[in-house]
Amino acid sequence: MNQSTAGSRLPRVGFYLLLTFFSGLTLVPFVWMLCAAIKTKTDFFTSRFLPVGDGWLGIAWDRLTHEQFVRLFTELPVGRAMLNSVFFASVISLSATLCAAAGGYALSKFHFRGRETITTFILATVVLPGSLLLGPGFETLFHLGLVDTYAGVILPGLAPAFGIYLFRQAMINSVPEDILESARLDGCGEFRIFFQIVLPIVRPMISAYLIIVFIATWNSFIQPQIVLQSPERHPLAVAIFSLRGLYGDDYSLIMAGTLVSIAPVMVLFLMLQKEFISGLTSGAVKG
Amino acid sequence: MSSSRAYSPLVPWCLLAPFLVAFTTFTTWPLIRSLVLAFEQTYGPKTTAFVGLLNFKFLFADPMFWTAVGNTVLFTICAVCLQIPVALGLALLLNRPDIRGKRIFRLIFFAPSIVGLSFVAILFSLLLERRVGLINSSLHALFPAWDPDFPWLQNYVLTSMSGAVLWLSAGFYMIYFLAALQNVPSELLEAASMDGAGPWQRFRHITLPEIRPILNLITLLVVIGSLQLFELPFLVYNDTGGSGPDNRALTIVTYLYRTGFHSGDLGYASAIGWVLTLVLIGFALLQRVIARRAER
Repeated sequence: MNQSTAGSRLPRVGFYLLLTFFSGLTLVPFVWMLCAAIKTKTDFFTSRFLPVGDGWLGIAWDRLTHEQFVRLFTELPVGRAMLNSVFFASVISLSATLCAAAGGYALSKFHFRGRETITTFILATVVLPGSLLLGPGFETLFHLGLVDTYAGVILPGLAPAFGIYLFRQAMINSVPEDILESARLDGCGEFRIFFQIVLPIVRPMISAYLIIVFIATWNSFIQPQIVLQSPERHPLAVAIFSLRGLYGDDYSLIMAGTLVSIAPVMVLFLMLQKEFISGLTSGAVKG
Repeated sequence: MSSSRAYSPLVPWCLLAPFLVAFTTFTTWPLIRSLVLAFEQTYGPKTTAFVGLLNFKFLFADPMFWTAVGNTVLFTICAVCLQIPVALGLALLLNRPDIRGKRIFRLIFFAPSIVGLSFVAILFSLLLERRVGLINSSLHALFPAWDPDFPWLQNYVLTSMSGAVLWLSAGFYMIYFLAALQNVPSELLEAASMDGAGPWQRFRHITLPEIRPILNLITLLVVIGSLQLFELPFLVYNDTGGSGPDNRALTIVTYLYRTGFHSGDLGYASAIGWVLTLVLIGFALLQRVIARRAER
């Protein structure tokens, strides 16, 4: 039945060829990074992907090495940086989601003085460039004594204006007023209503937002770089970049470091891609 | 309506409190500070003086600022001309109904969007390296006449940065186009092809009008994102403080960052920030006007 819809002049094979070609272009940097990470420093300069030899498929499999990974996690502080990244990303994603869900709920399902003003102001700040607040934000952290502390990275993450927008939208679309009212008539407490009735209804938005913030925090560079001076508090994004400054000519080591930094979020994304993508598009396509 | 008063008036404030405290401290207050700072001059770490519009006056006469504006505008034009057609093209390829393995392709195209900018900066500065970088070594292997010492990063700053950003974000915008294409009524397309409309005519007269709202929105997002380009060139050209050869990698936000954090002049940096903010708001308003007009 689809034959007529697809009655394009370019045959189906052409589509597959183009798709495969572009997939190849997209994947090749990843493949190159992976190959660079598992070959020795000298093989990096003599072979494009894997070292040529007389093993299976003409590749010198025995020359491959995991030495770089050992170095990253033993003599270099990459293990520590990874723990920091996991810590920042989990704490910020969980607390930002809770703050945004509670705030979005308050702004969509309650009537109180100043609601419209607060909502308009929060939504207006979404347009502001992050760079505008970089300097004054650092100044604030400095006055609060939060420079070079974990809290200095985490606390600013609890004010996600865009999260408020997403959750407010989700509450308006999917949480019916009469459920809340009948729960209140039954004598259900407000916090039980929020945790046991409202949050389960917006569960798809919660999982989508959790993973979006997790990945965004994992990848954030400039904020932790400004706030944290002590290398032992740096997340991977900052640590791997400083590694590049120190071992700039050791390409295999740098690529191995980049690989171990990207891999965890890639795995997470592969497991939760449906939530992730639906969360990204829900804001724009419906609105 | 009266029954909705069954909750205590404190409840919404309690729910809003954690967000509001953080938001006031780390967004509202810095925002007010940046407005004040823009009219002040910072001498060293502690001394500031009110200077009125002097920062803005200096800014508009600052050749370095205009270099940064020029680079950023060029990059934005490249971004719009490259990212939108590629993202839309990939979405159109994937939208053909009889393509199998759609999910795998979508996954592959989207994957680069997951990679953080600092990792992309490292990856691309090695990919584009002379001789050992994959791009030069592959081009040399395919076309022996290609110079393996081709100076991508050194002489072709705009091309290198545009290429890296294209790799990073084409799949991201593709997702939005794909979602929009799925809402194009297939009966319309079928009817048109029965009337003898070719693929280009169907795209031009049916698909394009249907996806116009998303196309407008994505164009705005690309423009806003490109005008704020910072981390990628800043990190790739980190050895020169982000300015690159002949300042050709210097963007508006890189200049803002350097003014604020390297020179310590938060006042001048805030002035740059506010000029950028006004331009971004201008584009957002322009997009709204265009979208409204299209609706009629």
